[in-house]
Amino acid sequence: MPQDQPEHIVRSYEEQLRKLRDMVARMGGLAERQVHDAAVALIRRDTTLAAEVIARDEALDALEREIEAFSIRLLATRQPMASDLRFIVAAMKVSHDLERIGDYARNGAKRAIVVSQQPNLGSLNGFQRMSVLVQENLKLAIDALASDDAEAAQRVWAGDEPVDDIYNGIFREMLTHMMEDPRNITAATHLLFIAKNLERIGDHATNIAETVHYAVKGDQLPDERPKADASAYAVVRPPE
Amino acid sequence: MSTTEQPAAAVAEGASFGGVQARSAAAINTTSRISVRNLDFVYAPGGNKALKGINLELPDRQVTGMIGPSGCGKSTLLRVLNRMYSLYPGQKAEGEVLMDGRNMIAPEVDLNELRSKVGMVFQKPTPFPMTIYDNIAFGVRLHEKMSKSQMDDRVEWALSRAAIWGEVKDRLQTSALGLSGGQQQRLCIARTIAVRPEVILFDEPTSALDPISTLKIEELIDELKRDFTICIVTHNMQQAARCADQVAFFYLGELVEVAPAAQMFTAPREKRTQEYITGRFG
Repeated sequence: MPQDQPEHIVRSYEEQLRKLRDMVARMGGLAERQVHDAAVALIRRDTTLAAEVIARDEALDALEREIEAFSIRLLATRQPMASDLRFIVAAMKVSHDLERIGDYARNGAKRAIVVSQQPNLGSLNGFQRMSVLVQENLKLAIDALASDDAEAAQRVWAGDEPVDDIYNGIFREMLTHMMEDPRNITAATHLLFIAKNLERIGDHATNIAETVHYAVKGDQLPDERPKADASAYAVVRPPE
Repeated sequence: MSTTEQPAAAVAEGASFGGVQARSAAAINTTSRISVRNLDFVYAPGGNKALKGINLELPDRQVTGMIGPSGCGKSTLLRVLNRMYSLYPGQKAEGEVLMDGRNMIAPEVDLNELRSKVGMVFQKPTPFPMTIYDNIAFGVRLHEKMSKSQMDDRVEWALSRAAIWGEVKDRLQTSALGLSGGQQQRLCIARTIAVRPEVILFDEPTSALDPISTLKIEELIDELKRDFTICIVTHNMQQAARCADQVAFFYLGELVEVAPAAQMFTAPREKRTQEYITGRFG
């Protein structure tokens, strides 16, 4: 529903589409906040905040269900076409991505509680930077949906590489900690999962960007997007 | 049934769109049954053009849906295709409607010959006030001489193809006016196909019917396109989406866009098409 278009002849339809758009934007904002708070809880060893993140996840799940039910209702009652059809389907897909993002944030928060009870593994700067990047991409993707900006969506879609780079760095760092001292293994493993969660959140943000691009333009981005996650090829060498 | 070798380029290129296949598995035919070339039409001498430079290919044995707001020219084009306008003095078409390389709107082409090749079904069922049998046989007698048993066969064939044989076979000698609206419309389709045309034009064939009768007609159109090239004018966008292989959008006498149905209703190229089919017409 590009906003340079005139409004619908049927005003209630226009209002319903706007409501759907608002619901997705609200859900996006909530997901962003979850990611942010989960990262802060980890870095500050703040278990109270982590518990809040865990408790708030339910709201995201509820919104997802609400968006899905509302979208299906619109499909059935309005028989949308072209840009409206693409937008409604996109709203459903984006809500699923956001729900997954919420799950990753909640899982990160749970692990943050465990990590906070473990010995300190040094700086968590990588996590800080990664979560900021991921949140930024998520925000841009949601904004692109709200403003029908296909170009912005495409930039997000192509801009996930730095996240992958940091993730690779964290992966190697955690391996090193574990090799240095087996007592680090608990914390390092949890941190690895948290890093993986953040990396997955980044992937969902690019999914959202892809969906938004289709909703606005009506054509799909290429299958292959720039990727830099090389951890699948990383190996552990025993200390010499 | 030979076909003109005019590729329907606009259709072929979009047969697969962004992973969305055209609705027919056979994709869209690239040979045209009818080629409309630079067609202009006026309802009165010196009047406004109701059609402006229309170029459209009707692919062989495919359904072409024509959509657009009232007065956009879609029904006018349908009427030009079988020269309905020639009944009215002053109405004039310029350009070409090519079938097998012949311009069918040229005066030297016999009107009866054209109408036997291009049949038409109207918005309201128009059965003749005679028996069901004679409704079918009437048109056939105009074009062909045949024996009683041949005629019986033809009537049965036409009624069967129009999916109404089972409902009327025991009452062929009763009046057609006793049939329901949906049955009457299928009878009219049978009457049209009885003369074995190549092209069938439907002018809003279901706007006077209930939803179930409508679906029966749509199913019938799906069935008929195996043998006939079909062109359907409809105000019902969902109907165009359900029935048509390619869809043409008209506005103010111009052909704005023609595309495979799957593309037209998910991602039309033109802004005006987009606004019309999403219900935002300004």
